[in-house]
Amino acid sequence: MAYPYRDDRETTTILSRHMGEPEARSLNGWLERGGYEALRKAVAMEPDEITDVVKESGLRGRGGAGFPTGMKWSFMPSEPSGPHYLCANADESEPGAFKDREIMRWTPHLLIEGCIIAARAIRAQHVYIYVRGEFFPVIRILNQAVVEAYEAGYLGESVCESGWGCDLTVHIGAGAYIAGEETGLMSSLMGGRAEPWMKPPFPAQRGVFGAPTTVNNVETLASVPGIVMNGSAWYRGWGSEKSPGTKMWCCSGNLTKPGNYELELGLPLREIIDEVCGGPPEGRKVKAVLPGGSSTAFLTADELDCVTTYEGLQEAGSALGTASPIVLDETAEIVPAMRRIAQFYAHESCGQCVQCREGTAWITKILRRIEEGDGEPRDLETLYDLCDQLTGRTICVLADSVVFPLRSSLDKFRHEYEALMRRSPTVAT
Amino acid sequence: MSRRLHPAVAGAQPFQLAERDPDAPLFDSEESRERLEAILSRYPNKRAALLPLLGYAQEIHGWISTGDMEEIAEVLELTPAYVWSVASFYTMYNKHPAGRHMIQVCTNISCHLNGAPRVLEEFLEQTGTVEGETTQDGRFTVLEAECLGACGFATAVQINDEYHENVTPEKVAEILASLDGPQGV
Ligand SMILES: Cc1cc2nc3c(=O)[nH]c(=O)nc-3n(C[C@H](O)[C@H](O)[C@H](O)COP(=O)(O)O)c2cc1C
Ligand code: SF4
Ligand code: FES
Repeated sequence: MAYPYRDDRETTTILSRHMGEPEARSLNGWLERGGYEALRKAVAMEPDEITDVVKESGLRGRGGAGFPTGMKWSFMPSEPSGPHYLCANADESEPGAFKDREIMRWTPHLLIEGCIIAARAIRAQHVYIYVRGEFFPVIRILNQAVVEAYEAGYLGESVCESGWGCDLTVHIGAGAYIAGEETGLMSSLMGGRAEPWMKPPFPAQRGVFGAPTTVNNVETLASVPGIVMNGSAWYRGWGSEKSPGTKMWCCSGNLTKPGNYELELGLPLREIIDEVCGGPPEGRKVKAVLPGGSSTAFLTADELDCVTTYEGLQEAGSALGTASPIVLDETAEIVPAMRRIAQFYAHESCGQCVQCREGTAWITKILRRIEEGDGEPRDLETLYDLCDQLTGRTICVLADSVVFPLRSSLDKFRHEYEALMRRSPTVAT
Repeated sequence: MSRRLHPAVAGAQPFQLAERDPDAPLFDSEESRERLEAILSRYPNKRAALLPLLGYAQEIHGWISTGDMEEIAEVLELTPAYVWSVASFYTMYNKHPAGRHMIQVCTNISCHLNGAPRVLEEFLEQTGTVEGETTQDGRFTVLEAECLGACGFATAVQINDEYHENVTPEKVAEILASLDGPQGV
């Protein structure tokens, strides 16, 4: 199952310690493992104290952008004039990412506990967990855990008999990647098409149902109970100054041992690929890696000595993203792989912005033409041109997401594109 | 099992893709009205209950007809056109009856790198259908899917509410045989 990479689970894991143990799913099993102790501690704390601990821990959002979590919470009004909401983003659909599903299916109470603590910190009375609709088995597990948490008094009118109340509702999506983008998620939660909106207003000012809202990723929220229980210095015992803690790494593609691994931030990328995941099968060589999922820039086999922190991967010209390295070995071809990625973004564009709606479709069409041997050299210039047009001009960053892998593939693997170009009719000499 | 659901999860029941009783109205029983009330109690306005109710329609009918949409529009005080515009945005809502076994093969990047296109072909060939269509006997619908969030277990295939992981072309026959009872009903 490939959970922790090293054997010393007790000391190096926070998120995955109880993965693979079906008993940990039930409330009793969870309590036996120290569950809800952090919540008991949190209900005795003031909201701002909780936010401060999370701020000091340096925890950064695990949904892709890496925004500091404590700082995000501190943007919420401290004197509420009406309801506040927390949305747990469980819409996981970025190609390459499959960590939130694992967290929810093995340790649903870890997420629920994190949600309640976060709700207290941001003064929210209601949490919505927006789960990707396809995750049927996970939804069943999560539902069961939520009902148990209500019955045991961890949710409801008086959390842990503190007099402070918090509700939680599981809400399921219905197949739309863009519902993972935070404003798209809120549009969807309000009963609409999952169309993102322009920021500002930021969610902390005006979010779901017009009220101040925080949107956090599942893994972010699941990291919170440990931090509250053990303190920020404990959390900073892993990782770097700017990227503290541990992270689930979802490793896929051409690998001997693909899977989810909880790792301290900052290992060399090469070590994750070669040692943790056993490299590509049958001793083949790595050709390229998308280190942070399908929306991050390609790195070549020569660029894998970078360290896997937010700053390390940025320096290497890519991004940590959702920490989902997709490995392409020497048998893989860049153009069809890139076409498949582009096809995904074209399919998932919500269609509000012309550049995104038309641009992603054109890119896919051109890539397909090249893949089928019908490309022309000037197509590459058109692709570069489209990269420029799609960057920074749209409501959300879905459009930018396709540019990172595309531009880097053109820069670094131009020869593979050129090798596929239609041979111009040979001129007799 | 009691159908009485905790309000926290009343709007989040996994879809059942197998058709049950396509003609039954959505809110004709005490049980269904309780479910409606439970769902409405979780949101500050009626519109927010739209996705949960579309999910409920699909759960009990296997797909969402225009009649269902009209009924939902009425209880939520929305126009049928609005309900349609939302329902059409989301790929999981079946606007037509689907096969008893809805087979979705992920062909996105990680699965693609692990031979997903051949798995899809094999499913199409063995069920004798084309992508997106349902077999004549109503048993199978085979679809090409986007990433199913199981990329480390490529190729990922979802059949109704179950995930099949590490699927190879060689495993397709066995999976298909396991779907129906021994008589292939
Ligand atoms: C196109 C797009 C899709 C996204 N999908 C997800 C997703 O599935 N899950 C997620 O947690 N964040 C996703 N995000 C990021 C969210 O917008 C948001 O930043 C995140 O949920 C915030 O949580 P965090 O601060 O805990 O990381 C997506 C962003 C974009 C632009
Ligand atoms: S960038 Fe694309 S997905 Fe994002 S709002 Fe615009 S059209 Fe929709
Ligand atoms: S790419 Fe197939 S499940 Fe993610």
